[in-house]
Amino acid sequence: MDAILFLLFAAIAVVCGLNLVLQSHPISSALSLVGVMGSLAVLYLLLGGEFIAAAQLIVYAGAIMVLFIFVIMLLNAGIERKIHLSLWVKYAGVPLLAVFIGIAGFVIQRMLPVTEGVKFGAMTHGNPLEIGRSLFQVYLLPFEVTSVLILIAIIGAVVLASKEIE
Amino acid sequence: MNFFIVSLIKSALVAFVLLTALAYIQWVERKVLAHIQLRVGPRRVGPHGLLQPLADVVKLMTKEDMIPSHVNKFFYLLAPFLAVMFALISIAVIPFGTEIRIGSFSTPMQLTDLNIGVLFILGLSGIGVYGVALAGWASNNKYSLIGGLRSSAQMISYELPMAMAIAAPLLMLNSLSFRELVDGQGGFYFGFVPRWAIFQGPFPQIVSFLLFMVAAFAETNRVPFDLPEAENELVAGFHTEYGSMKFAAFFMAEYCNMVTVSCVGALLFLGGWQPLWPAEYGSRFVPTLIFAIAGLICISHGLRPARPFDRFTLPVFGVVFLGIAAIFLVPIVATILLPLFWFLAKVGIILFIYIWIRGTLPRFRYDQLMNFAWTFMFPIAIINLFITALMVAVTTK
Amino acid sequence: MPELPLPPSVPLAWYLILSAILFTLGIAGFLFRRNVITVFMSIELMLNAVNLSFVTFSYKFKQVDGHIFSFFVMVVAAAEAAVGLAIILTIFKNRQTLEIDEVSSLKN
Repeated sequence: MDAILFLLFAAIAVVCGLNLVLQSHPISSALSLVGVMGSLAVLYLLLGGEFIAAAQLIVYAGAIMVLFIFVIMLLNAGIERKIHLSLWVKYAGVPLLAVFIGIAGFVIQRMLPVTEGVKFGAMTHGNPLEIGRSLFQVYLLPFEVTSVLILIAIIGAVVLASKEIE
Repeated sequence: MNFFIVSLIKSALVAFVLLTALAYIQWVERKVLAHIQLRVGPRRVGPHGLLQPLADVVKLMTKEDMIPSHVNKFFYLLAPFLAVMFALISIAVIPFGTEIRIGSFSTPMQLTDLNIGVLFILGLSGIGVYGVALAGWASNNKYSLIGGLRSSAQMISYELPMAMAIAAPLLMLNSLSFRELVDGQGGFYFGFVPRWAIFQGPFPQIVSFLLFMVAAFAETNRVPFDLPEAENELVAGFHTEYGSMKFAAFFMAEYCNMVTVSCVGALLFLGGWQPLWPAEYGSRFVPTLIFAIAGLICISHGLRPARPFDRFTLPVFGVVFLGIAAIFLVPIVATILLPLFWFLAKVGIILFIYIWIRGTLPRFRYDQLMNFAWTFMFPIAIINLFITALMVAVTTK
Repeated sequence: MPELPLPPSVPLAWYLILSAILFTLGIAGFLFRRNVITVFMSIELMLNAVNLSFVTFSYKFKQVDGHIFSFFVMVVAAAEAAVGLAIILTIFKNRQTLEIDEVSSLKN
């Protein structure tokens, strides 16, 4: 059951990722990215990270991607022109890429023992209680620094988006 | 396997009740709005217009399903699908009452008790923006695009004060699972004041409740925040180019969002299924009393009817209400139905307030609406969260 | 249910391989697309792949630190998306184009 769920959502993630790269209209790419984020949220749930799954849906799929879609709609981005890939890229690049991923996969698999699989429910520390404890005790300084970072980003975005061109 | 079958039956039941309730909330809205405006509302189709939702459904299903030629077909068809899907999924984590125990079989009155239930609802309301935005864009029509963008900007602007208003009682109740939140609101102060979140020390969450209600109005695009879909402003906003079943889908999604935020408000702030005063002072008899009074009023009006048709229909309703009042007296059924009654009463009161405000208030202009979110509600939400956190930190050991 | 040739529990390596594939797709999008918003979205795809890696290793060691780091990556991605999109809007206002090949006035 775990394996079926993993394969299904991994397949959806890879298909949506390919769609992102291959589609010509930015809106289709944006919605494919939302599909990737949704399937990754399910994979986080399988890995026991329920808070991260919810945060992925709330922050990434629900706020950042909405921002992307807003900008695409506001700028009325159209279909982009086809680029001319050289023959090397098309006929040697993609198979070499597949070979590279195959080698990387083989090396990764040798490093991690197969007996140690992912069982749903084995990781119990992903709940908001543990995350809250860790975030506010061990990682308090990075937490405060990221809130200052967000403040800087807000100020930067407001200034950039409101500057009038003479 | 037993778990799957029980879940399937519960899902089918909840889906059926929810879809019927969505249709009949529309009936209630039309009747209440009509009486606020000193008219009668639908009364021809069935007694008191009770079959009007059925007539509307038949009309919407049998209308010609057209796709205009200038739209982007894939997204045009995807948008109402997304809107309805994400609106209907949110019901899965709402608990309607305590457990149902029949013999040795017991199951909670909830489809799934996620321990991150509140985050799930917040996430789905964030993703619900996509249906609206895509509908506006796919229609290839400048009014739809402006309506869609305005509506999505409004929804994401009001998500922030809503999330902060939700965070404040969570600080006091210390859980994200809806069942534990309601269990933390049980008990009574001084023996008769309920420990609902709006009454609970160290800081009664009244400001949070008001913020949540206002943000919920804006999230669900209801008056006074319904400029993006107002008919006299923007043709019809983002659903201009949609007809028949696709329009019905957006309508259904809007009412379902309304029901979801009313349920969340009732669970987080009004104590869910906890009764208003303790059971030893007789709160077990409240539903019986209410339905009996309703039945007697119907029967007494049926004896001197205002319209000749009511001589038959009103006494029938009266007898039905008296029957329901009698059901609440049976002890086995009462333990299941009493928490359900209190929960549905609170949700019903919030929905009535929604309809009441729709009949009463004019709508905001769009820039007033956005100003209100960012310059008024957002600071108040922050201050409220800060004061709640301070009070909780000071009073816990 | 027919006995499918699937392992009883998903090996951890499969998650990491999925993360590698998504990262590679992100790099491909970043290098080969011309629309600046699509390039930006490929960057977000890369960040997501990295998040999956973090959460996978957090499972391996049964600690919550991977989740915390993944949370920080999400926060930084949000901040970066806000500022980056504002920059894109400004570029569009100035040059009326969304192709990165045409924003080349500093070249040579």
